[in-house]
Amino acid sequence: MSQPPLSRRRLLLGGGATLAGGGLAGAAAGLALSGNDSPAVSQVVEEAKGSENVAFYGVHQPGIEDAAQAHVRFLALDLKPGSDVEHVRRLLRLLTDDAARMMRGEVPLAANDPELPALPSRLTVTFGFGPGLFDAIGRPDDCPDVIRNLPTFATDQLEDRWSGGDLLIQVCSDDAVPLSYALRRLTRDARSLATVRWCQSGFNPARGSEPAGTTHRNLFGQRDGTANPPGATTEFTDTVFSTGPDWLKGGSMLVFRRIRMDLDDWDDLGRPAKEMAMARKMSDGSPVTGGSEQDDPDTAAVDQNGFPIVAQEAHVVQATARVPEERMLRRAFSYDDGPSADGKPDCGLLFAAYQADAAKAFVAVQTRLAEADAMNEWITHIGSATFVVPPGCAEGEFIGQALVG
Amino acid sequence: MPANLKRSRRFAFAASALVAVAALSACSSDSATDSDAAADNVKVVGGDASATAADRLNIADQWVKTADAKAGMTAIFGTITNTGDQDVVVESAKTSASDTTELHEMVMKGNEMIMQEKEGGFTVPAGGEHELAPGGDHLMVLNMTEPIEAGDEVTVRLTLGDGSTQEFTALAKETTAGEEKYDTEMDMGDSDEMGEMEDAAK
Ligand code: HEM
Ligand SMILES: [Cu+2]
Repeated sequence: MSQPPLSRRRLLLGGGATLAGGGLAGAAAGLALSGNDSPAVSQVVEEAKGSENVAFYGVHQPGIEDAAQAHVRFLALDLKPGSDVEHVRRLLRLLTDDAARMMRGEVPLAANDPELPALPSRLTVTFGFGPGLFDAIGRPDDCPDVIRNLPTFATDQLEDRWSGGDLLIQVCSDDAVPLSYALRRLTRDARSLATVRWCQSGFNPARGSEPAGTTHRNLFGQRDGTANPPGATTEFTDTVFSTGPDWLKGGSMLVFRRIRMDLDDWDDLGRPAKEMAMARKMSDGSPVTGGSEQDDPDTAAVDQNGFPIVAQEAHVVQATARVPEERMLRRAFSYDDGPSADGKPDCGLLFAAYQADAAKAFVAVQTRLAEADAMNEWITHIGSATFVVPPGCAEGEFIGQALVG
Repeated sequence: MPANLKRSRRFAFAASALVAVAALSACSSDSATDSDAAADNVKVVGGDASATAADRLNIADQWVKTADAKAGMTAIFGTITNTGDQDVVVESAKTSASDTTELHEMVMKGNEMIMQEKEGGFTVPAGGEHELAPGGDHLMVLNMTEPIEAGDEVTVRLTLGDGSTQEFTALAKETTAGEEKYDTEMDMGDSDEMGEMEDAAK
């Protein structure tokens, strides 16, 4: 596979997070050694990361290009029946103000407990608009068809309780405490205008458990996210952000899927089978045909008997973009809401794909996966929700202002 | 009760102000010429930049408490800072929400906290700040005929000691902050906004 526009095997450096103190050096533990003539003591000083914050205002919304945090909650709201453009405007004004303040580490207006949001730990708040919001503001035709009518796939077993929504709020942080506060205050300000449809919590490995930029592991144990476009590149921008219409320029489309993992069966599967399903090694995510994590599996390679090493049904083979428009950013988190009374796991992936056009990216790729992905044996899509992600906004504006007015 | 508090006011700008501000904030998508024109207008409102008290005054974290029309009143909060080397006095306020706004303080009378008009206005000390907060000083909006709902914006214009004015918008937030402290059985002269709202809701 040699498609120059798709070359993307560079180191993931993460997005626009600001290091509040100390710069990059602060990310590593500083080592202060005593002088030769004093008693032999050494002191390891680790810089606290709680005060790191991400800018809210900007061309794009936060929480997309920023390296995925350790915790997430996806909250889907439904506008109250009879909502019109004025209701939506008020809701977005409130939520935008809350998001900007809490991402700075400040309380929302009218709140008086500054300790709770003080250490945002890269808190981000990202908004997405579902079809119902376009209807409420009287612009139903501006909702892209793929957002209103995502195709169904043969492997879907979607449940209403994990699906749909007029307004999505994705709240992420490396710390579950400021995240909880932010989600609660946002919800509190929304509740005079909207009701909660669903809320789903997820996580990634703890911040700092591996060096920054290391690909996260999912609950299958795989390195998941290797092929994502690196932040701050034109490849990222082209993959993720929309070029128009005007109100969507710099925005994106989000396909959210709750995908259950059949972990009992996966546990008992032999490691060679696990690796064949993905065409990547469990240990380090490198291709089964050799090379490093950032390399693609060699689909032409054969074993000593002349059989192909990489199965045609391997997830990566089916998922790889065949044209540039199929690329997407997978900003996924794991979920674990189990175990059940009979001891069964309730685990999986909160799959969140950002792309410029979901009709060309997610739909095309998922069509192939539904037909031929070896991983279908152990995964089931049980929730689905699609949103238009408006561009970012400047101070004094609210998210979606160019659309809502 | 609002009738008791009626006063003659120097200017009436209630409803039109909100529209004006909406037009200003929308100008980011307008042509450069329109934006420039809007920016010039703002300067006119504040008067000569270097000379006025308004130029030394900033307001931050301003918000207004939601209220239904039946309550007829509400309060505006925020932190006013004075970057100058002379005290600035806020003498009066007008808002887009009604024709009457007063400057209020909370005082202990007997064993009750009550609110009353602040004699001489709010003094923002040179290089310091003056906080308007639930349970303390606030801008009291009276004579409201329309509700203020969560997410609404209210335009506020402060008139300062030297006659210059300072304009800002306050976002409406729903809260019960401060309500627990007040007695609901207050008579009108020393009216208590929070208590009155609870009464109105019954
Ligand atoms: C529970 C469900 C899923 C699991 C556990 C999973 C896991 C993985 C893993 C381990 C990789 C290889 C490393 C990497 O590049 O990230 C991968 C690659 C990929 N997956 Fe998935 N995935 C799942 C669902 C999906 C879905 C629903 C889609 C899209 C419809 C998708 C699209 C992709 C793409 C585009 C790649 C990169 C392929 C490449 O260019 O190399 N995955 N996935
Ligand atoms: Cu008062």
